[in-house]
Amino acid sequence: MSKEPVAVVGVGQTQHTAARRDVSLAGLVREAALRALEDAELTWADIDAVVIGKAPDFFEGVMMPELYLADALGAVGKPLLRVHTAGSVGGSTALVAATQVAARIHRTVLTLAFEKQSESNAMWGLSLPVPFQQPLLAGAGGFFAPHVRAYMRRTGAPAGTGALVAYKDRRNALRNPYAHLHERGLTLEKVRSSPMLWDPIRYSETCPSSDGACAMVLTDRAGAARAPRPCAWMHGGAMRSEPTLFAGKDCVSPRAGRDCAADVYRQAGITDPRRQIDAVEMYVPFSWYEPMWLENLGFAAEGEGWKLVESGITELDGELPVNPSGGVLSTNPIGASGMIRFAEAALQVRGEAGEHQVEGARTALGHAYGGGSQFFAMWVVGDAPPTG
Amino acid sequence: MREVAIVAFAQSDHRPDTSDVSEVEMLMPVLRRVLDDVGLTAGEIGFTCSGSSDYLAGRAFSFTMALDGVGAWPPISESHVEMDGAWALHEAWTKLLTGEADTALVYSYGKSSPGDLREVLTRQLDPYYLAPLWPDSVSLAALQAQALIDAGETDERALAGVAHRSRTAAEANPHAQLSGSAAPGPLLDTPYLVRPLRRHDCPPIGDGAAAVVLAAGDTARGLCPRPAWIRGIDHRVEPHALGVRELTRSPSTRLAAERAGAFDAPVDTAELHAPFTSQEVLLRRELRLGADVRVNPSGGALAANPMMAAGLIRLGEAAAAIHRGGSDRALAHATSGPCLQQNLVAVLEGEPS
Repeated sequence: MSKEPVAVVGVGQTQHTAARRDVSLAGLVREAALRALEDAELTWADIDAVVIGKAPDFFEGVMMPELYLADALGAVGKPLLRVHTAGSVGGSTALVAATQVAARIHRTVLTLAFEKQSESNAMWGLSLPVPFQQPLLAGAGGFFAPHVRAYMRRTGAPAGTGALVAYKDRRNALRNPYAHLHERGLTLEKVRSSPMLWDPIRYSETCPSSDGACAMVLTDRAGAARAPRPCAWMHGGAMRSEPTLFAGKDCVSPRAGRDCAADVYRQAGITDPRRQIDAVEMYVPFSWYEPMWLENLGFAAEGEGWKLVESGITELDGELPVNPSGGVLSTNPIGASGMIRFAEAALQVRGEAGEHQVEGARTALGHAYGGGSQFFAMWVVGDAPPTG
Repeated sequence: MREVAIVAFAQSDHRPDTSDVSEVEMLMPVLRRVLDDVGLTAGEIGFTCSGSSDYLAGRAFSFTMALDGVGAWPPISESHVEMDGAWALHEAWTKLLTGEADTALVYSYGKSSPGDLREVLTRQLDPYYLAPLWPDSVSLAALQAQALIDAGETDERALAGVAHRSRTAAEANPHAQLSGSAAPGPLLDTPYLVRPLRRHDCPPIGDGAAAVVLAAGDTARGLCPRPAWIRGIDHRVEPHALGVRELTRSPSTRLAAERAGAFDAPVDTAELHAPFTSQEVLLRRELRLGADVRVNPSGGALAANPMMAAGLIRLGEAAAAIHRGGSDRALAHATSGPCLQQNLVAVLEGEPS
């Protein structure tokens, strides 16, 4: 039995910002869901099932909040599934929803991911107490900075590469009305002189803490045929996980990421990702992860990722635009960040990305990772249905 | 539609306090047993999906430690739901239907002992209008039980009968946390916990883990002499606010059962996730279970109710009954949320031997 092709027919995002004090949790998710439905020109009645994801419940202080959100999500009387796979969850959630369509369990599924980080302090929420983790690992930056230093040492990358990524992504965000950060006066010099948080990661090279939600409507061929606007078609999707820490783990370029990309490319018939993929929405919470993931995802040879960044290829008008939306560096409601990557990839191939549209994008990659660089979720979407 | 079956099931001994082991240590022997049962390693499994809750563990990303215990190396195709493992099974079943995997490992676990479960579960409620009142899980179940009594659906003696039958059945279940019971009459002489519920009407609070292996088609036949075929599985959710729900009804259970094909033919066995005696009364009616159906031969959630695992255990117990030839068509039910807010129903069948 072949799988049902899956199409993205609706995308919706909230206005992302440091604190959405104007809405409740329910108001936040509803804003994204309604925009996705509006984009698809569908109503709640057209939705067969809801798949929701978010990162740890401690961020909002509500245990399994999907139970409370069932009404706001229009899920009453429907199946409601809640995914949690750490930082990759936004991507995993979309993939779980896509599987329901591909398996022909449901025809049209609303998938949504959110985080309302202003309800707590995400940095300390990510700093696990003893005995779960050794002390003095302050936030995700404290965990990942050593991996960045290992990358620099391994590749001989110059100290300034990270700042180039941050400067690019923050400028891209100026073209994205939903982005959290709109730093109009930012200069490369300001990025390079911003305070050092976790050496070598500076303040301006770090993701913000955001409130936000993202939603997509996924549907089958019949649903796509009725869609009022162009669809994005899923050509491949995969998840891979590996343990947090173990002897021999490559923290710089984890095998789970490489395996996941290989699986997705195989499904999508991609043999040369650098040439065949037109736009990438990559999970880059700290600037240096762009060159690191360029290598992990096969866009650059090992040790060459930073050279791609330095050459400007990943700029919005470059050969391989990375994070035209401004990426995680400009918007980071953690649970939603992965789905925003997937949704922005879909917007690119639909030609609906507005001011940050990559000209002629036909194939795009959405990427998310989480935990201790151990959970990966990716999809490749295209402007035409998959063949075969 | 591709045929998918539960081919193996294992669970821990459920205990009121497991402070001598971590969650991973509690889970690992269960994973070992279920994989040994089918002769597979974690790396040979096509897809892995788990269910657990950070709020029980008291730390963010608690499931990552469990994954370390699974041995996800080389990297595996894996996902996690912040729900009872019954919903992880649903996700894995969907994955197998696509043909992307032929086998799946599903596991879940929960330790209630580190905290005060009744207090912890209040954090699951509407954070603006309900959670600030700290209504605990037993009190909410008592509201539902009283509504059922007021509607003439049951009485305290009948509820004591449910407790007695369940815990007597649990005497044959070596994993049960609570087994054996006084007769219904003497049970009624005990004081109320939260009126109209007495202690015997409530589940034990404890820690435990469970795991199942799913397999498709001929792979299932090769792994298990009598696979428990999933003929249908569906889940539905109701509004959260108790004030807009009719607590003497469970429309989500009824709808899930219809969608799962539960009413297409009679079942001989039912494993119901009814943590409170009154909820069994309600579920029996919504599922149209006759007096001839064996309900909770394992003792059900009244014998062991490890959070996040008790629903998956219902599916596992129903499947195990089919594996050993004790059932030909069984219904399994799982629930989540206050007063049965969310419900899953599965219908399992064995092939005629």
